[in-house]
Amino acid sequence: MGPLTVGGLSVAWLTLIVLIPLAAVVVRSFDDGAGAFWDAVTAPQAVAAIRLTVIVSLIVAAIDAVMGTLIAGVLVRDEFPGKRIVNGLIDLPFALPTIVAGLVLLALYGPNGPVGVNVAYTRVAVLLALLFVTLPFVVRAVQPVLMGLEREAEEAAESLGAGPFTTFRRIILPALRPAMLAGVGLAFGRAVGEFGSIILISGNLPYKTEVASVLVYGQIESGNTTGAAAVSVFLLLVAFVVLLGISFVARRGEGR
Amino acid sequence: MKLVSPARRDAPSSRSPSATLLLRSVALGYLAALLVVPVGMVFYRAFEKGFGTAWDAVTTPPAQHAFFLTITVALIAVPANAIFGVLTAWVLAHYDFRGKRLLDVLIDLPFAVSPVVVGLALILVWGRDGWFPSTDVIFSTPGIVLATIFVSLPFVVREVLPVLEEEGTDQEQAAATLGARGWQVFWRITLPTIRWGLTYGVILSTARAIGEFGAVAVVSGKIQGRTETLTLYVEDRFQSLDLTGAYAAGVVLALLGVTVLAIMTLLQRRHGRI
Repeated sequence: MGPLTVGGLSVAWLTLIVLIPLAAVVVRSFDDGAGAFWDAVTAPQAVAAIRLTVIVSLIVAAIDAVMGTLIAGVLVRDEFPGKRIVNGLIDLPFALPTIVAGLVLLALYGPNGPVGVNVAYTRVAVLLALLFVTLPFVVRAVQPVLMGLEREAEEAAESLGAGPFTTFRRIILPALRPAMLAGVGLAFGRAVGEFGSIILISGNLPYKTEVASVLVYGQIESGNTTGAAAVSVFLLLVAFVVLLGISFVARRGEGR
Repeated sequence: MKLVSPARRDAPSSRSPSATLLLRSVALGYLAALLVVPVGMVFYRAFEKGFGTAWDAVTTPPAQHAFFLTITVALIAVPANAIFGVLTAWVLAHYDFRGKRLLDVLIDLPFAVSPVVVGLALILVWGRDGWFPSTDVIFSTPGIVLATIFVSLPFVVREVLPVLEEEGTDQEQAAATLGARGWQVFWRITLPTIRWGLTYGVILSTARAIGEFGAVAVVSGKIQGRTETLTLYVEDRFQSLDLTGAYAAGVVLALLGVTVLAIMTLLQRRHGRI
């Protein structure tokens, strides 16, 4: 097989499995005209779901940025017994099926949970589920960069009298920024589309805890595929922007 | 989207032991509250009424059917993605062509698309009113397979491509110069080179294939004993208020996931990727 055949085969496969189906969603969303598309994405229930999705995902991205960087810092710079196990545990959310992630959080923070906290069917539950499934992104993006960081600049800053906070803000943070942004972008993208971990714990209450993916699911179930396609196109747009953003940040990082 | 886990190196920070301790406590506390204790709780809940009860809950006929359907789907989807992944990575690493960058970005789309949208997309292509209407895809095993291939498509490419890019084409060209045919070069040079990248990609695809929920929930119709995969079975048990069944099946899935994670970590340690 020549390179042309191989290349053609992989493009054909990608087209059949991924591109044609996604194109079908975009085409269907405009089936009843642009007006119907607009009506579908501006219906009150859709607006509420989209707003909740975007706001919660932004909060999740912010918390991930802080906690992910902190955890990466502890894993790279700190030394304590059991550190390798902790390091392995970071990937657990990627390895656990999303429905199990929801079940897991419900077991502890749901009704009849042992800690006496019940967040089931609230927006906090949505936040918690998204924090769970997006945990590894920033940690795993920042960790290798932090490991490769030369200590000389930090030591120089400290010998010049800079405190640990100043050293972090002026020396470490700028070096980590591209990796943090990439991790945060992936986490945000994942949060916007997340479904499995939310469905059990959020209760899917319209106007309250219903996120965009759950709304789409409901619309498919009730046979409103055009409406579902319209909201999906919004989700696809977010996904595409995030991918382009990450590839832009990555390319700028390489150029330095 | 990698399970690469770098740790160690770098001496512990010499300054301010109390600050170090505080940061460590915050990090470990967060991980405990979000990850470790909840996961432990599911295991506890599953076995609360004894091991026998949990075992009975995951060996009912629908549970067994769900388990074997999940395995069957993974056995079809993962090899398909392995072949596609190796071919695509090979082309991307060895040739320059117009639209290469676009292809590179498009491959990651499945990582970024919501699983529910994947399900909808498949219905709009293969469903009754779809572009290629078929009665054997949606609400049937082929639909579940297509959904699973879609969501796990990028893993092998993403693991194999960096290896190929790093190795370059010198060895392959040398082999070709010495008279090796295309397939011989592939079997003797390329495949051994990408062996570990391919292994990681296959492991990650398998984990994702077994764990997929949203896309499968949409295309399968969730028919118990026919199109219900193990993840759908967990939801089904939960909605039917059979919590022991839900937790027990959840534990089976969690164990599969943890096994995958452990294999990955062990392999990476053996091959110096940690």
